[in-house]
Amino acid sequence: MSVIIYAENWDGKFKKLTFELASYGAKVAEMLGTSLVAVSIGKVEESELKELGKYGVQKVVATDHELLRPLDSKAYTSLIAQVAQKEDAKVIVMASNNAGKSIAPRLSVKMKAALGSGVNKLPLSTEPFVVSKKVFSGNAFAHLSLNTEVKIITLMQNSFDLVAKPVEPEIEQFSVKLDAADVKTQVKEVQKHDGKMLLTDAEIVISGGRGMKSAENWQPILELAELLNAATACSRPVSDEGWRPHEEHTGQTGKIIAPNLYFAIGISGATQHLAGVSSSKYIVAINSDKSAPIFEAAQYGIVGDAMKVLPKLVEAVKEIKTK
Amino acid sequence: MNILVCISNVPDTTTKVKFTDNHTRLDTAGIQWVINPWDELSLTRALELKDDASTGVKQVSVAHVGPASAEPTIRKALAIGADSAYRVNMEPADSYQVAAALAEVVKAGQFDIILCGIESSDYNGSNVGSMLAEFLDLPSVSAISNLKVEGGHLSITREIDGGKEVVTVPSPFVGIVQKGIAKEPRIAAMRGIMMARSKPITVVEAPDAEALSSFVAYEPPQPRAACKFIDPDNAGQLIELLQNEAKVI
Ligand SMILES: Cc1cc2nc3c(=O)[nH]c(=O)nc-3n(C[C@H](O)[C@H](O)[C@H](O)COP(=O)(O)OP(=O)(O)OC[C@H]3O[C@@H](n4cnc5c(N)ncnc54)[C@H](O)[C@@H]3O)c2cc1C
Ligand SMILES: Nc1ncnc2c1ncn2[C@@H]1O[C@H](COP(=O)(O)O)[C@@H](O)[C@H]1O
Repeated sequence: MSVIIYAENWDGKFKKLTFELASYGAKVAEMLGTSLVAVSIGKVEESELKELGKYGVQKVVATDHELLRPLDSKAYTSLIAQVAQKEDAKVIVMASNNAGKSIAPRLSVKMKAALGSGVNKLPLSTEPFVVSKKVFSGNAFAHLSLNTEVKIITLMQNSFDLVAKPVEPEIEQFSVKLDAADVKTQVKEVQKHDGKMLLTDAEIVISGGRGMKSAENWQPILELAELLNAATACSRPVSDEGWRPHEEHTGQTGKIIAPNLYFAIGISGATQHLAGVSSSKYIVAINSDKSAPIFEAAQYGIVGDAMKVLPKLVEAVKEIKTK
Repeated sequence: MNILVCISNVPDTTTKVKFTDNHTRLDTAGIQWVINPWDELSLTRALELKDDASTGVKQVSVAHVGPASAEPTIRKALAIGADSAYRVNMEPADSYQVAAALAEVVKAGQFDIILCGIESSDYNGSNVGSMLAEFLDLPSVSAISNLKVEGGHLSITREIDGGKEVVTVPSPFVGIVQKGIAKEPRIAAMRGIMMARSKPITVVEAPDAEALSSFVAYEPPQPRAACKFIDPDNAGQLIELLQNEAKVI
C-alpha cells in the first residue's frame, strides 16, 4: 500500500509547491498508516530527487523519456497509472495546476478512482474518505466523499505548510516503453517570458485595478513588487484595456491564486475578482472609496488616493530593507 | 468539420449561494441560471470558426447533461448560434457521471473538435474535459487560449507555466479552453432567438455509469476578521504591521 504524489519538475528542478505536496502526502500516508512514494517524469538529477526526502518521501520512482518532454496528458496518465498499480497506491496526490488539472481527471477515469479536485486541507476523515474543497468560486466549501478504493486528490497551492520530515529516499529508475504513436501532442513553438516571477509562484502579489487610471501610473507598483520580490497582477478591465498583459489578470475568468499577501490597489472587489484571490492569507486594500466591497475581504486597508499612498509604501519598504 | 461545445448550466456569478436541508443541498430558490462563462466563450470561438468559410467548420452543436429544467440555457446557446443541441437526461451527481454521459453523445455523432471549459463556476471541478477525453481514448489539450484552423490543420495555443506553446494534435480531440479563446461572448440577437425555437434538441438517455463521489455537506467560508484601517498620511505603518503583526514580509 502507498500514497503517491506526482512530483512535477520545472527544467529539472522542484519548487515549493512540490514540497507542499510531499508534506501533504506524508501526512495522508500517516493517516492511513502507509508509506509515501513520489513519481517524477523528465530529466531530474539524483541530487534533486533526493530533496524530496526532506519532506517525508520514502521512495522516488523516476522516469525519463525523450517523448515525454512536452506534457502529453494521455501519455503521462498512462505512466502514472502504471506506477500507481505497481506501488499499490491508495491515494494519489497532485497539484491543482495546469499539469494536475490535465492529468488527474484522466487518471480518475483510467483507474475508476474518485477525484477530489482543488482540495484545500487534509482529508476530514478517511473512513469514509471525505475531502474539503472550494466551490462556487470561493463562496462556499464542500465536503466531498470519495467512494472508491483508490482516491485522487489535487491540492490547491499554498494550502498546506511545509513539514520537514527527513528520510533517505530510495530512488528507483523506471523505464517506459513508448513509441512516437503514443504521444499525440506536438509542440511547434514555445514562447516564455523569462526571468519574471510567476504569478502562481509568488508569495506576495501586487495588483492594480481601474482605480490606477492608466498604464503610466504602474511605476510605483512595479517598484514595490521589485522591492518585495513580488509578482504583479491586475483586474480584468485593466488587462482588457491593455494597461497590463493578459497573463496578469486574476479572478474567475483569469488566474486563481493563493499568495500569502495580496495588495488590491484601486480594485473595487467585485465577486468575480475575489473569486480568484479570496484564498490569499492576507489581503491589503488601497482604495479611495471607503465603501468599496474590497474592504470586506481585506485585513488591512487604507482609504486614500493610490497615487499618494504608493510612494509612501515604497519608502517604508526601502527603510525596512536597509535596516 | 464539426464542433461540439459542452455547456454547463450554472448560477449567475453574482448569485448569493445558500444551502438547505441542514447544509447538504444547494438552495435553488431565486437562482438565475446561465451558460457557464467559459462555455459561452468556447461557443463564441466555435461560431467564429464556422463563420470563416476557409476553416471548413460546418456544424456547431452543444451538449448538456442535466434535467429538462436546463432547457432555457440550451435554448440560449441555440439562440447565440449553435445549430443543434443534445441533452442527456439525468441529474448527474459528480463530474465522472457528466463525462460518461457526454461520451455517449460524442460516440453517437461525428465531431472533430470537442470543447469544454476549464471549470464550471459552481463546483469548480476542472474535471469534465479531461475525463471525457479519457473515456473516449482521445488526446486532450488543456488551458487553450487560442484555436485556429489553417489549411485544414488545427493550431492550438496553450498556456504553460511562464509562457505559451503552440501545439498540434490529430483530431478528433478534446480542447479545454480558458481565457483568450474569445474576446467577448457573443450575445443572442432577436433573429437568433426566433430561430432557436425551431432548432432541434435531441434528448439522449442516461448511460448507466455510477458516480464515484458524493457531496455530503457545504459550509460557508470562515468570516474574515474586520479590516484594520491605517491612516493614509501614515501609510508606512502598514508595512510595519505586515512585517511584525502579520509576518508576511
Ligand atoms: C462573467 C464575468 C466574469 C468576470 N471575471 C472577472 C475576473 O476574472 N477578474 C476581474 O477582475 N473581474 C472580472 N469581471 C469583472 C468584474 O465584475 C468587475 O467589473 C471588475 O473586477 C472591476 O475591476 P476594477 O475593480 O479594477 O474596476 P472598478 O470596479 O472600476 O473599480 C475601481 C476602484 O478603484 C477605486 N479608485 C478610483 N480612483 C482611485 C484612486 N485614485 N486611488 C485608489 N482607488 C481608486 C474606486 O473607488 C473603485 O473601487 C467579470 C465579470 C463578469 C460578468
Ligand atoms: N452538466 C454538464 N453538461 C455538459 N457539459 C458540462 C457539464 N458540466 C461540466 N461540463 C463541461 O465541463 C467543463 C468543466 O466543468 P467542471 O469539470 O464541472 O468544472 C465545463 O466548462 C463544460 O464545458
